[in-house]
Amino acid sequence: MTGPNAPKTLYDKIWDAHLAHEAEDGTALLYIDRHLVHEVTSPQAFEGLRMAGRSVRRPDQTIAVPDHNVPTTPGREDAGRVPEDSRAQLAALDRNAREFGVHYYPVTDVRQGIVHIVGPEQGWTLPGMTVVCGDSHTATHGAFGALAHGIGTSEVEHVLATQTLIQKKSRNMKVEITGRLRPGVTAKDVTLTVIGRTGTAGGTGYVIEYCGEAIEALSMEGRMTVCNMAIEGGARAGLIAPDEKTFEYCKGRPHAPKGAQWDAAVAWWRTLKSDPGARWDKVVTIRGEDIAPVVTWGTSPEDVLPIDAAVPSPDQFEGGKVGAARRSLDYMGLTPGTPLKDIAIDTVFIGSCTNGRIEDLRAAAEILRGRRVKDGLRAMVVPGSGLVRAQAEEEGLAAVFRDAGFEWRLAGCSMCLAMNPDQLAPGERCAATSNRNFEGRQGRGGRTHLMSPAMAAAAAVTGRLTDVRELSRSPEPAE
Amino acid sequence: MTPFTTLAGIAAPLPLVNVDTDMIIPKQYLKTIERTGLGRGLFDEMRYREDGAENPDFVLNRPAYRKAEILVAGDNFGCGSSREHAPWALLDFGIRCVIAPSFADIFYNNCFKNGILPIALPQDQVDLLMDDAERGANATLTVDLEAQTIQGPDGGTIPFEIDPWRRHCLLNGLDDIGLTLEKADRIDAFEKEAAQARPWV
Repeated sequence: MTGPNAPKTLYDKIWDAHLAHEAEDGTALLYIDRHLVHEVTSPQAFEGLRMAGRSVRRPDQTIAVPDHNVPTTPGREDAGRVPEDSRAQLAALDRNAREFGVHYYPVTDVRQGIVHIVGPEQGWTLPGMTVVCGDSHTATHGAFGALAHGIGTSEVEHVLATQTLIQKKSRNMKVEITGRLRPGVTAKDVTLTVIGRTGTAGGTGYVIEYCGEAIEALSMEGRMTVCNMAIEGGARAGLIAPDEKTFEYCKGRPHAPKGAQWDAAVAWWRTLKSDPGARWDKVVTIRGEDIAPVVTWGTSPEDVLPIDAAVPSPDQFEGGKVGAARRSLDYMGLTPGTPLKDIAIDTVFIGSCTNGRIEDLRAAAEILRGRRVKDGLRAMVVPGSGLVRAQAEEEGLAAVFRDAGFEWRLAGCSMCLAMNPDQLAPGERCAATSNRNFEGRQGRGGRTHLMSPAMAAAAAVTGRLTDVRELSRSPEPAE
Repeated sequence: MTPFTTLAGIAAPLPLVNVDTDMIIPKQYLKTIERTGLGRGLFDEMRYREDGAENPDFVLNRPAYRKAEILVAGDNFGCGSSREHAPWALLDFGIRCVIAPSFADIFYNNCFKNGILPIALPQDQVDLLMDDAERGANATLTVDLEAQTIQGPDGGTIPFEIDPWRRHCLLNGLDDIGLTLEKADRIDAFEKEAAQARPWV
């Protein structure tokens, strides 16, 4: 069934509500509600505007925050203490934000942090919106039922100048997680398991809607973790239908609507769900009970296995993946057949737009309380924003991390992508809560194993990849 | 943007799947505020050794491929980050066409904004072109965007598909922003309607 009354997916509904123009061939101008900007992918865009004598169409809907380059150690407000090669971009963002008059959270502002944590925290991200940022992890905002795309710098310039994005509609993909997650299994395990199932290109050309009982049961923080990694599965956007939990999270945030406007907004937000009978181009269903705590072993996020598995052999794969697995194992310094739990690590990194929110810090602290980081290990926790950091201090989590032997850092992207002083040395092996285990991602020659915050905390205690359930304090409920 | 019409050039083989944007241009090169000059960092970790010397085994360092203008690669090319530094680095090195069985969405899109033509072909055809590319400087490919064909060194021709609008923009080197601003009245109208319908935004 087609036509205006045909059942629609959530993606269809947000798309239709933002269609400013559609050409006969389907090329559309999608109106953008919120444009988030950081210092790495925006300087050339602002420079392009300047060269063409153009202005920012909606500075009131444009939000800038430095995150990729910023050091996470004290004293960073002093530009002289920022590595020289990072200063130009930070200075450019500062200049551009002021000159073009966009909202701006510099490092001196407690609200500064990773752009994808700041947006929801300040209430910039709301259900049913279109959100873009020159960053592939913009998918994070889909947790609110917002259509959130990562874009390139030319597109950043296009949105700055026109407040629209040239798009062709993607196809609809449904990822349903049925039932309940087992103890010790988190949103990170869910999203990595999905990527392991579909592959890093499984979502290419699609917008994914995550649904099912296990997704509904997740907190907003957990939903953000799931959507954050939609791009690692190839999908430019991931979505979760908004519900009471979403509204509760948004209510009272600085840029969320108030009073009668709040009521009107919620009334519309309640309609933002896929209709029964909506058409899906691809459906993936996974039983929540089948998901285990997982880690990655290779150099692609699809290289994921349950923690009780062993390092695979290249001959277990097919086609181009045989060579890729061989290359990955060589890079990672791993031998097929080694139990994952026998892999010793050098470093632990807890943070990033994937897992730098308060709930992530609580989960890690829960494992670390009364325990110590294994001798000789480097461990750092980097809150996703200044406000997350302040809250963690108030809740006593910072003390738990410090007592355990973790470095307690200032907010930023930190070691997720190593554009700042936080980097791995060649061969250094890291248990990381970030989103990419690509070659060199955390530093040239660095070896990354992706996992949940609780799993990373467990690895910090034992000094090797560890099944968090072995350190868990709450007894597993009987079946 | 420089128009893309036809390109006859040396094709370099890069038979890897999931070539990610961190591999194409690693983070230390992302600190620039310019679009140019990134060719030096293209495929840095494969192209240079730890001491900074060239790795003579890497394809773009081999004499036959130092002037390559076409890259033939594996599945899911350009996955990962949204960094447009990846196409900027390819372009700055001199590569204007990438042929692979599939591309990641954001990278694919970024190519068109920079006059680079990404061509997706079935695996068996990419395999044939990969074989051609292995023959080095003796094997140039001719890509004709108008005709939507790739001609191999032995005269065989492979047709390819491309979105007509993107083809049109690439052939004419059109600037997206200029084209969109021609529709400014539509955007104005939409903005007014949206302010009524969703005043809380």
